[in-house]
Amino acid sequence: MDVELLIGIFPQVLLDGIILGFMYALIALGYTMVYGVLEFINFAHSEIFIFGAFVGVEVLLGLKSIGLLDGLPWPLVLVLVLVAGMAASGLLAVTVERVAYRPLRGAPRLIPLISAIGISFFLQDLIRLVESLWRNAFNLVYPTMDVLNLRFELSETIDVSVKSLVVIGGALLMLWALHLIVNRTKVGTAIRAVAEDQAAASLMGIDVNRIISLTFLIGGAMGGAAGVLFGVQYGLINPYSGFIPGLKAFTAAVLGGIGNIPGAMVGGLVLGLLEAFAAAYLSLLTGGAFGAEYKDILAFSILILILIFRPKGLLGEVVRERA
Amino acid sequence: MIRSPIALALVGLSALAVATFPRSVLVFLFFQGSLLYVFKARMPEPLRWGLLAVSLLVLMPTIGYFNSYYLEVATQVGIFVALALGLNIVVGLAGLLDLGYVAFFAVGAYSWAIFGSPHANIIFGGESFPLAGWWFYVFLFVGLGTAAITGILLGLPVLRLHGDYLAIVTLGFGEVIRVLANNLDKPINLTNGPKGITPILRPPTPFGIPYGEFFYFLALLIVVAVIVVNRRLEDSHIGRAWEAIREDELAARAMGVSLVRMKLMAFACGASFAGVMGVLFSAKQVFINPESFTFLESIGVLAMVILGGMGSIPGAIVGATVVTVLNLQVLKGFSLWLNELKNAG
Repeated sequence: MDVELLIGIFPQVLLDGIILGFMYALIALGYTMVYGVLEFINFAHSEIFIFGAFVGVEVLLGLKSIGLLDGLPWPLVLVLVLVAGMAASGLLAVTVERVAYRPLRGAPRLIPLISAIGISFFLQDLIRLVESLWRNAFNLVYPTMDVLNLRFELSETIDVSVKSLVVIGGALLMLWALHLIVNRTKVGTAIRAVAEDQAAASLMGIDVNRIISLTFLIGGAMGGAAGVLFGVQYGLINPYSGFIPGLKAFTAAVLGGIGNIPGAMVGGLVLGLLEAFAAAYLSLLTGGAFGAEYKDILAFSILILILIFRPKGLLGEVVRERA
Repeated sequence: MIRSPIALALVGLSALAVATFPRSVLVFLFFQGSLLYVFKARMPEPLRWGLLAVSLLVLMPTIGYFNSYYLEVATQVGIFVALALGLNIVVGLAGLLDLGYVAFFAVGAYSWAIFGSPHANIIFGGESFPLAGWWFYVFLFVGLGTAAITGILLGLPVLRLHGDYLAIVTLGFGEVIRVLANNLDKPINLTNGPKGITPILRPPTPFGIPYGEFFYFLALLIVVAVIVVNRRLEDSHIGRAWEAIREDELAARAMGVSLVRMKLMAFACGASFAGVMGVLFSAKQVFINPESFTFLESIGVLAMVILGGMGSIPGAIVGATVVTVLNLQVLKGFSLWLNELKNAG
């Protein structure tokens, strides 16, 4: 075993893990907020996330075709893309709630979940259909921006690209904004009140339906932001590439304690780091017997173990069981 | 109102139509529709079963003789009917939402694929594989058993989970099986990874009937067996215990239902049907790889159960038939037609 190699790649793996972790954290927020207010797994959230990535790439390609991609200052372009992706995903999430979940509120627990699975497949193929008609391809590549690919060499084995700094910075900004909204504003208080006790909240004069829509809007917007950052970081997207990250993010939400907002962030980071290290080290440590492919199995095993042995997750929000 | 004359006329007419236009999808749909009508319409029971038996045992193979693709469709319908009936036990009767059901199908398929092909030589060394063809019939039961054990192995850890958590864990389990099948070509080559296993041996057929007909009749036989088992289970104390668990777990436990045993039994029963069909599937296809066992397949089977109405045996049969025919014929034909339009205009 090559110990020097193991240590040498450590900082790079750490960085990859942090980026992945923030991505998961952003997506996990959508799951956890919706679960907080409705106690329901929004299975379509992975498609809401990838929808943001598609809107982002469309905006970038649009800017490119009118020659503005290099004309505008790059931070402005990024902000524009991010805002567009967030708005689109947020609105999509609200629409999905209206169409597919609200009529089923009060139905047995499994029914909205099945409806959500249906929406998830519907959105995947809708994105594919629209993109195929519009661009004749549904595997899209984010246009490169030269600034983003600049790299700073910190040492021989590790370098940081502007891209990863942007992704980390963007994620931190989103998480901070969400923290402010939830904890410092009247709306945030209302969201927490609805999550705590819907009936009591509505007696206090809170419009529960509006707050639920708002929760979907915020969660969806976070997912959209994650989608754009995902596209910027990894480049290639297709309508189906949201599914696995979505599942992993759900795992992250459960890991941190579902319904718990700081928990989603912690869970995302932990899962991202675990996965990055598994991907990098599994094959080195087992002499090539088990490769990076097993990182998915690792994530699902964590999910299963957490659900069985500590269903309240790392940060200990009590999971209530609806009869 | 008794509708026997209509049913008779429909079946006769549609069979005639298929004989006249053996290539038309619409006509074949008409034939399938008339079978559904016989299945659902009100008429004397002996006539109903007589008509169905004649259609499935005589007319369908005859049609298949002229157009083997239709026989393939009918075999697929049979496979999915058995899968839907199996999932119906888990989801419909016991109320345990299983999103990784196709994993059991995969377990059955791989159990015959490995031993019924030269691939097993790589695992065990030597030259003794594939096994002789008649082992296929033994493996129908081996696949059943392996899948049932896998069902229990999955059931054990998730006994404490309810509702949507259970759904997500079974989904994860299904993905794990697929990822394993995709990657277990090293360190020991168990599944040959994404390349899949081929050639899988086909069994010797009785009376030398051709394989198309053979697999059709075998699927039909298994489906009938599955339906009988389902019927018997539904009305037994086991079936009632499942329904009690579905309606109210706490009350069921208070009435003395052993949750652990009954839930495990539901998983094992549901899984075993998928296991048998998996063995048949791998022999029919001659080639399998992990692509046949994706999450989409699990959801497809779930859609069949839901379309037919959860917990209903005739529902699962109708749901599986409709969805499979939609998938294989209607939507395929529709997209071909759209493409033609696009190319023309």
